[in-house]
Amino acid sequence: MIPRILLGALLACAAFAAIAQDNAVARSLAATCANCHGTDGRSVTKEVTPLAGLPKEYLVSQMKAFQEGKRPATVMHQIAKGYTDAQIDLIAGYLSAQKK
Amino acid sequence: MKRRDFLKLAGAVSVAGCAGTASSKARVVVIGGGYGGATAAKYIRMWDPAIEVIMVERERAFTSCPISNLVLGGSRSMDDIRRGYDGLRRHGVQIVNDEATAVDAAKKVVRLQRGGDLPYDRLIVSPGVDFLFGDFEGYAEAMNAGRVLHAWKAGPQTIELRRQLVAMQDGGVYVLSVPTAPYRCPPGPYERACQVASYFKQAKPRSKVLVLDANPDVMSKGPLFKRAWEDLYKGIIEYRAGQKAVGIDAAGMAVKLEFDSVRGDVLNVVPPHRAGDIAVKADLITHNNRWCDVDWRTLESKAVKGVHVLGDSTLSASAMPKSGHMANQHAKVCADAVVALLNGREPNPNPVMNNTCYSFVSDKEVIHVASVHQWDAGQSTLLPVKGAGGVSSARSELEGQYAWSWAQNIWADMLT
Repeated sequence: MIPRILLGALLACAAFAAIAQDNAVARSLAATCANCHGTDGRSVTKEVTPLAGLPKEYLVSQMKAFQEGKRPATVMHQIAKGYTDAQIDLIAGYLSAQKK
Repeated sequence: MKRRDFLKLAGAVSVAGCAGTASSKARVVVIGGGYGGATAAKYIRMWDPAIEVIMVERERAFTSCPISNLVLGGSRSMDDIRRGYDGLRRHGVQIVNDEATAVDAAKKVVRLQRGGDLPYDRLIVSPGVDFLFGDFEGYAEAMNAGRVLHAWKAGPQTIELRRQLVAMQDGGVYVLSVPTAPYRCPPGPYERACQVASYFKQAKPRSKVLVLDANPDVMSKGPLFKRAWEDLYKGIIEYRAGQKAVGIDAAGMAVKLEFDSVRGDVLNVVPPHRAGDIAVKADLITHNNRWCDVDWRTLESKAVKGVHVLGDSTLSASAMPKSGHMANQHAKVCADAVVALLNGREPNPNPVMNNTCYSFVSDKEVIHVASVHQWDAGQSTLLPVKGAGGVSSARSELEGQYAWSWAQNIWADMLT
C-alpha cells in the first residue's frame, strides 16, 4: 500500500511531468528560431527582430501573414510554411513569455 | 512539491550508477566544440542545470567555417570568425582542452590523450568531418609540402590559402576541386569560387578561378550562383562539371583527373569526407564506411546505445545538408531528448528542424537556401516539408545584412 502522502506526491509529480513535457516541447520548438533570432528570441543584432516578449497573438498573426504571403520577406515566408498551427501556437506562447 | 525533490525522485528511478558528482544528477560528455557540440553543451545546462556537462575540445577557441570564405575574399579577417569559450563556462560547461582518442561504450568512458578516462552517463559526439586523403594519390605529401590545401576546416589552412592567393602573380590560375557529394556545406565551394573571383577582380584581374566539380552540376543554388558568375565574374570563373580529381602532382603543380591533368598556381583540392575520426574509433559508423545513422528524435546512434551523434558526421536525412545551422538544430533536439531521458520523461515524439544557408556571392550580396524538416512517423525519419523552404528570388545586399546577422546570432546562440 502506498502511504497517502507519497501518493499525493506521486500525483503532483505526474502533473508536474505533464507540464514539464509541454514546456519542453514549446521551448524545444522555439529553439529552432534561435539560430537567426537569438537564444529565447533575444537577437544580438539590430537587423533581425527580437521575438522575446512580443505578444503571442502578434507572433501568431505574423507567422500567418508570412505563410499567406501577406507580409513581404526574404526567407520567413519559406520557413513559416514548414510549421503547423499547433507548433506556431506553442512557439508564440513560449516566446511571448520570455523577458525582452 | 519542490522541483528539486521531483528531480531526486526522477533521478533515483532513471539514473542508476550515474557518473555525475554528488551535487549533479548525471554527467553528459560532449566531444567537439563546434556548431553541434557547443550548442548541445549550452542547451543542456540551460534546460537542466542539475546535469553536469563536460565538453572535450582540442582547440582553445572556436573558428567558424561559415563566413570563412570571406577571409579568402579579403572582406573579413580571422578575428571576425573566432570566438572564445568563456560564455559556455558561464553556463557551467566544463571545458577540457584535450583529444578524445577512444570510447568504451560498455564501461561508459571516454579515453583522453592526456587527461585519462572520463566517465559519462550519456555521450554526445560531434566531431565534424575528416578527410579521405587515401582516395588521392600524392595528397598527403603535397599537402605537407604546402603545394595543395583543402581549407575545408577553418583555421591555419584558411590563413595559408589566403596567403597563397595574395602571393600569386596576376594572370595565375586558382584551381578549386569539389568532392563528390555528400560533403560539408553544399554551397560552400561555389561561394568560395565567388569570393576568390571577387578578390581577383579588384586585385588581379587577369587571373582565373577554375572549378573542377566531381558532381554533375552545381550542388546548391545552381541558377543563382551561375547568374552571379555570369553577371559579376565573366571571364574570371570557369566551371567544369563531372571532373573528379584522383591525384596531385606536386612537382608539376597539377590536379590529376581520371583522364586528364590540370595545372594551377594555387591548388585547392577538397578531398571526400567521412565522419570525424573519433566516430570511427567509437564504432559509430553505419553507412559506406563514412557516416553515422541516428534516431532523429534523439540523435542517438543506431550503432551504440547511450551515444548521440550530431552534425556533419550523421548520415543525413532526406534533403538535409551538412551545415553549421543544421548541426545547431540537431544539437537542440538532442539536448531536449537527453534532458528528458535523464529526468525520466519521454523525448519529444515530433521534433522539427530548419535550415538556412546563406552564401556571399560578393563582399555584400547574398543568396540563401532554406528548408524545414518534420518527423514522419510512417518512415521514422525527418522529411523536408513540401511547399516550405526554397531559395532567394535574387541576390541582394539586404540578405547580406541578414547573413552577417545570422552569423552573430548563431555564434551567440551556441557560445554565450
